[in-house]
Amino acid sequence: MASQTLYDKLWNRHLVAELPDGSALLYVDRHLLHEVTSPQAFSGLRAAGRKPWRIGPNVAVPDHAVPTRRRELGVAGIADRVARVQVETLTRNCHEFGIPLIELEDARQGIVHVVGPEQGLTLPGMTIVCGDSHTATHGAFATLAMGIGTSEVEHVLASQTLRTQRQKNMRVVFDGAMGFGVTPKDLILALIGRIGTAGGTGYAIEYAGEAIRTMSMEGRMTICNMSIEAGARAGMIAYDAITEAYVRGRPHAPEGTEYANACRYWQSLRSDEDAVFDREEYFPVSALVPQVTWGTSPEMVVGIDGCVPDSAGPDAAAQNSMKRTLDYMGLEPGQALKGLPIDKVFIGSCTNARIEDLRAVANLVKGRKISRSVAQALIVPGSGQIRLQAEREGLDTIFQKAGFEWRAAGCSMCLGMNDDRLQPGERCASTSNRNFEGRQGKGGQTHLMSPLMAAAAALTGKLTDVREL
Amino acid sequence: MEPFTAHAGLVIPFNRANVDTDAILPKQYLKMLGKTGYGDFLFDDERYLDPGDVDIPVGDRRPDPDFILNQPPFDRGTVLLAGANFGCGSSREHAVWALHDYGVRVVLAPSFGDIFFNNCFNNGLLPVILAQSVIDRLFELASQPGEVSLTVDLERCEIVQGENVWSFVVEPGRRDNLLSGLDDIGRTMALGETILEYEAQRRSVEPWMFR
Ligand code: SF4
Repeated sequence: MASQTLYDKLWNRHLVAELPDGSALLYVDRHLLHEVTSPQAFSGLRAAGRKPWRIGPNVAVPDHAVPTRRRELGVAGIADRVARVQVETLTRNCHEFGIPLIELEDARQGIVHVVGPEQGLTLPGMTIVCGDSHTATHGAFATLAMGIGTSEVEHVLASQTLRTQRQKNMRVVFDGAMGFGVTPKDLILALIGRIGTAGGTGYAIEYAGEAIRTMSMEGRMTICNMSIEAGARAGMIAYDAITEAYVRGRPHAPEGTEYANACRYWQSLRSDEDAVFDREEYFPVSALVPQVTWGTSPEMVVGIDGCVPDSAGPDAAAQNSMKRTLDYMGLEPGQALKGLPIDKVFIGSCTNARIEDLRAVANLVKGRKISRSVAQALIVPGSGQIRLQAEREGLDTIFQKAGFEWRAAGCSMCLGMNDDRLQPGERCASTSNRNFEGRQGKGGQTHLMSPLMAAAAALTGKLTDVREL
Repeated sequence: MEPFTAHAGLVIPFNRANVDTDAILPKQYLKMLGKTGYGDFLFDDERYLDPGDVDIPVGDRRPDPDFILNQPPFDRGTVLLAGANFGCGSSREHAVWALHDYGVRVVLAPSFGDIFFNNCFNNGLLPVILAQSVIDRLFELASQPGEVSLTVDLERCEIVQGENVWSFVVEPGRRDNLLSGLDDIGRTMALGETILEYEAQRRSVEPWMFR
């Protein structure tokens, strides 16, 4: 058999049928649901008198619109009436259709892409879909994980399959070791800066190279998470001992001999030595500096020692969009990023709210205080389990002593569907994944960066090179 | 879903690259439970001068006169002409529902966000990928005084504007969806036996996937 990439292997294993129109029917092993993109899918099922094909692969959790305070009140504590109805609707739909639900009050609740791996719902070799573009996160476990729309959520519920088109293969090799103060977030931001937000469109990206091989699962998830910001629906990383160590003993992982059998199969979840990729990007990382975005697209990114570009080149359309971006961000061409005063700090999201991120932040801010000029600094753990773990380690005390607010798990200010939002003109150092206009609140100015860099900005009140602290 | 065979309409030139689905429909409207009622909130952040939310009547809000959807004749437009990577970002199908509910039936762009592109075909909205040179030409036409209308014919896969005719390519399955107005689920359910056979075979090699 010809050499195959990891993507090819996952694709072939899940292929139910090639369809006459050139698309394919892929089997879905895990379907994650949340309150925002599922209600219309359940309504559709109901209207057609359909039932879920299988129950077991589905798990739902409310995360997008939930408040991060007063959670002891449960659903009743959601002050926004419309959001409360949406969370109640998820509960009602799950009960009606028998879908397993992790409720808001449950200690396992959290951002869907954090909960999946944590609970062992994400297992190597799976196909995983969710009505959410950051489903690519799960690719860190050698899975084929893709975001889908609500119509497709309904399709998956009804048939356990997805109609989709085969992607091309891209390999990104992050070679070398990351320097001091440089994190997986910096790698993926720099890659997006290089290939652009449409650079990965039509591709499934496999991340490889020394930096990936030595990286923790948390870091790998950060990288795969932002594949969609590079335009790719799926990002993935080969299975290895680090994957195995993370999965072992998780609540939904297989046990005993079945686990041993699974591990044996999972060993094969890597691209063959001589597999051919349609596109390869070689990215040495040892000289990379911490990254920070300056604009309203994740590709508008430079090293912290860099400046806003001087010009957008000769193209009129590019100049227009550059002007629009700088007006929105309140920046000048050529302006240095370092030293730019910030108003708020957000450490959270499915990109960077795992225990390792919180430990790194705690390490840096321990015994220090955030700047008086910072109006609010939020730390929102990715899940209830992470919140508990951080509290067991005393991280919450470190955060609160430094002046951070310690919140309950959810998407929070990553998209501002709850009341954690930027006000117009507020500038934010954020560990999330999107700096789109209005993403964190209408008129809010977002700078994306790593948790270390966001913590450094909190301490000094301005964009800061964490390596100089 | 209503079938889509051909559409004639006025062009809305929206010359910006990387228009994301957050811009097309901001987050506060994702709390709604239906597939309709989003049209008034299309491009909400840019379209109104004051902030909006689900329970703020749009009649009480001030439209931004500088925004293209508030300017005649474009306020009657139904064919959106856009820059590269239109619909990137979030998977929210709400962005497609908002465009459709507003009345947009066709989006022309050099490239699209992947998930958005997919979502369009499940909702009777036709996204057409055209060469940058054709897109440039259309923007040039649209920048001249007066209005530009064109016809998008899905049966012939052609765009007709005055004397100009451009052809385009759509994957056959997706084209069928739009032409027939049928969604995928029914057609997939007809393959139920195949899915069951697949499951039986998979279960024998990866039983842990079926616990
Ligand atoms: S944390 Fe942000 S990016 Fe992640 S699922 Fe929630 S809203 Fe989406």
